[in-house]
Amino acid sequence: MNIATTPRTPVESGVPDPFQYMHPKLIANYGNWDWHDRPRPGVLRHVSKSGDTVWTVRAGTQRQTDVYTLRLLCDIADKYAEGHFRFTTRSNMEFMLSSEDKIAPLIEALEAKGFPVGGTGNSVSMISHTQGWLHCDIPGTDASGVVKSLMDRMHSEFIKEEMPNRVRITTSCCQINCGGQGDIAINVQYTKPPKINHDLVANTCERPAVVARCPVAAIRPAMVNGKPSLEVDEKKCICCGACYPPCPPMQINGEDSTKIAIWVGGKHSNARSKPTFHKLVVANLPNNPPRWPEVEEIVMKILYTYKDNARHYERMGEWIERIGWPRFFEMTDLAFTKHHLDTWTGARHRMNASAHVRF
Amino acid sequence: MSDDNISYGKTDENGKHVTPLLDELETGPWPSFITGLKRLRDSEGKQYAPMMNDLLGQLEHSYEKKTGFWKGGVVSVYGYGGGIIPRFSEVADKFPESKEFHTLRVMPPAGNHYDTKIMRKLCDIWEEYGSGLIAFHGQTGNIMFQGATTKNTQLAFDEFNKVGFDLGGAGACMRTAMSCVGAARCEMSNYDEQRALRGIINEYVDEMHRPSFPYKIKFKFSGCGNDCVNAIHRADFAVIGTWRDDIKINQDEVKEYINEHGRKYTIDHVVSMCPTRAVSLHDDDSLEIDNQSCVRCMHCINVMNKALSPGDDKGVSIMIGGKRSLKVGDLMGTMVVPFMKLESDEDFEKLTEFAGEIMEFFADNALEHERIGETIDRIGLPSFLEAMEIEPDPNMVNHPRTSSYVRTDDFTEEAEKYFARKKAKEDDQVVAAE
Repeated sequence: MNIATTPRTPVESGVPDPFQYMHPKLIANYGNWDWHDRPRPGVLRHVSKSGDTVWTVRAGTQRQTDVYTLRLLCDIADKYAEGHFRFTTRSNMEFMLSSEDKIAPLIEALEAKGFPVGGTGNSVSMISHTQGWLHCDIPGTDASGVVKSLMDRMHSEFIKEEMPNRVRITTSCCQINCGGQGDIAINVQYTKPPKINHDLVANTCERPAVVARCPVAAIRPAMVNGKPSLEVDEKKCICCGACYPPCPPMQINGEDSTKIAIWVGGKHSNARSKPTFHKLVVANLPNNPPRWPEVEEIVMKILYTYKDNARHYERMGEWIERIGWPRFFEMTDLAFTKHHLDTWTGARHRMNASAHVRF
Repeated sequence: MSDDNISYGKTDENGKHVTPLLDELETGPWPSFITGLKRLRDSEGKQYAPMMNDLLGQLEHSYEKKTGFWKGGVVSVYGYGGGIIPRFSEVADKFPESKEFHTLRVMPPAGNHYDTKIMRKLCDIWEEYGSGLIAFHGQTGNIMFQGATTKNTQLAFDEFNKVGFDLGGAGACMRTAMSCVGAARCEMSNYDEQRALRGIINEYVDEMHRPSFPYKIKFKFSGCGNDCVNAIHRADFAVIGTWRDDIKINQDEVKEYINEHGRKYTIDHVVSMCPTRAVSLHDDDSLEIDNQSCVRCMHCINVMNKALSPGDDKGVSIMIGGKRSLKVGDLMGTMVVPFMKLESDEDFEKLTEFAGEIMEFFADNALEHERIGETIDRIGLPSFLEAMEIEPDPNMVNHPRTSSYVRTDDFTEEAEKYFARKKAKEDDQVVAAE
C-alpha cells in the first residue's frame, strides 16, 4: 500500500481528562467544597473547606455557535477569567474567577457583546433543545428558532431570580422528545398519518424493521401498484413518526400535520417530590416560524401564572399538585379535553381513583 | 403561501441567498444563531463560506415549507463504526455546496471543562475542515461539530484525535456520557463523578466505537439527588450520589439562617417541605433530622447549604432503564442498587465491572431496538435482578405488589434467604465495630 493513502490509525483515547483544562482553583479544592451562595443573579460564590473562594459568572449562549463567537468568548475568558470556562447541561457558559474584583468587568464585557448573565437560582435557565431543521433528519420544527424566540421573550427572567423555583424548559422537534422533560416542554406533535411514497419503499426500507418499529402495530406489508410496500391502518395510527427514520418514504412532516403541543410539570431533581414527567396541557398549536407567536403567548401565560401563584420553592408540577388541575386549566384559560385523558399503557393509574375533587 | 412569494434558492446581487424569515431571528436580546451562521457565510476566502450560504438557503426553505430536508446515510472514519451523523441534502440541486453536512460527535472532557487554548485549537481545526458551526453540547453530551463534507470528515477527525479528543457514540452502542460539575465545584458532591464516568466509558470505549448492541445504552453521573445532568430521566444507567450516615448539621449556622430569614419562613420552606416529615425545629432554634426517615432528596441541604451537608459515608445509588419516548413512552430509571460505596480504587473498579455486566446482559437479552428499560418491563424486575445476581430490596419499590396473581409457593424459602442476608449484614457490622 502506498504510504500516502494509508489512513492514520486513530488513538482511541476516550473521554479526555478534564484536569488538564480545569480552572486551578477547582483543581486545588477538588472534592473539598463547603458551601455556596449567589451574590447576585448569574454569579455563584463557592467557598472551600480550605477557605479558598471561587466566583462563577454564568452566561447564556445560542448553543449553535460559530467559531467567531467562540473565539470572542475565549478573548473574554483570557482577559477577565484566567483562561478557563465550562458549560452547563443547558449550554450556559461558566467563567470561574479567583478574585471578586473581576466579576463586574467580566459581566460588563459579556453584556457588551450580547451575552446575558443569569440562569442561576430561581431563574428561567436556557431552554435545552434539539437540532431541528438545521441538522436533524426527522424534525417537525426548528428548535433553535423556537428557543431564540422564547428566550428573547424570557430574557428578563433569565437575568433575574424572581421565579418561585427554578424553571427548566425544553423543546423537541418530534414526539421522541430528545429535548427531555421540562417544567414546560414545547414539542412537535404530528397530527396526520405518514404519507407514503410507494415507489420508494421497496428499495429504501427494510420492511419488517419498519413494521416492528410501530408502537401500536398499525403498519403492515402490502403490495401497492404491483410493488412491495407498506400500508398504515390510519385508525390505529397515533401519528408519532417512529416509522419515518427507518423508512423516509413514510413522510410524517407536513404543513398540514406538524403542530406544536405544550406540556408542563416535568422535573428531574429529587428535591422534595420525586422526579416527574411533564403532562399535556395544549396541542394543535400552529408551527409558525420564524417566531411561533401562538406558542410564545401560551408559554408566557403559563409561566406568569406560575410566577404569580406558586409558593417559594414549588416547582411548576408541585404547584399544580397543590392547586389541582381544574384550577390550573381555569387560571391559564386553557381547555381540558378528551385528549388529556391518558390512553397509553397503565393509563388508569393516571386517573383519579378517589373522591378527592376540587370545585 | 403561494410559490411566488417564497425565496427558494433566490439570491441577491452577491450570490447570497435571501433569508427574510431567518432575518427575523436576528432581533431581540438573546444571542442569535442566525447572526453566527451569516458571519460564517460572509467569511470571504474561507472554505466554508459557500457551504454556509447554501446551508442558510436550505434553512430558509425549511422555514418556508415547515419541513426538514436532511436524510441520513453512511459515513464513517477509519477504524470506527459510528460517531458520525451523516447528513445529505434532499434539495441539493438548489443548495449544492451544503449537499453533504455531516456531524462529528466528539466526547468533551468530563464535566465540560475547557481552557481557551484547547477551545481555540478546536475552532481552528473546524475552521479548516468543517463549517465553523459547533454546538456545546448535544442532549446526550457530545460536542457536535456540525457540517463536514464526506471527504473532510476523516481529515477533521484526525486533527481532533491528535489533540486528544475522540469520537462519541451514534447508533446501537454505548453512548457518550455526561457528568455534573460535581466535586470540581459543588459541596453536594458525594463521589468523584468524573472518575466514575471516565472509568466506565474509557474501559468499554470499544462498545462505543463499533456499535454491536441491540440498541443504544446511555450513562449519566450526578453527584447528588439534584441530578443536574437529568440522569434518572435520560440514562439507561444513572449513577446518583448519596450517603448512608446522618446529614451533618452546623447548629450555629442554623441559628444564623433563622436570624436572617425568620422562623416562620424556615418552618414553611425547610421543615414543612421535607417530603418525609423528617425535619423538626426545636424551640431553641436548633434543628433535628430523623435520618432514618430522610430520603436524601436534597431540599433542606439546598436551602440551608451552609448549615446542612451530606454525611461522610458516601457512595452512589444506581438506577437502570431511563429513556426518551421511542417507542413505549418515556421511562425513568428504576432503583436497582440503593447503595454502593464509591471511594477506594476497588470501589471504582467494582462500579466499572457492574457497568460491564449490565451491558453484557443488555447485549445478550434485549430484543432488536429495545432499550434496557423495555427489556426489564418485558421480563419483569425479578428476572432482571436474578440475572444480575442482585437481591431484592424494599428501596426498589414505591410499595410491594398489589396484584394477587403471582405464584408464591417458594415464599418461605425466599424469606429465609432474606433473614440469612440480614443476619450476615448484622454480623459484618459487629465485626466492623470490633
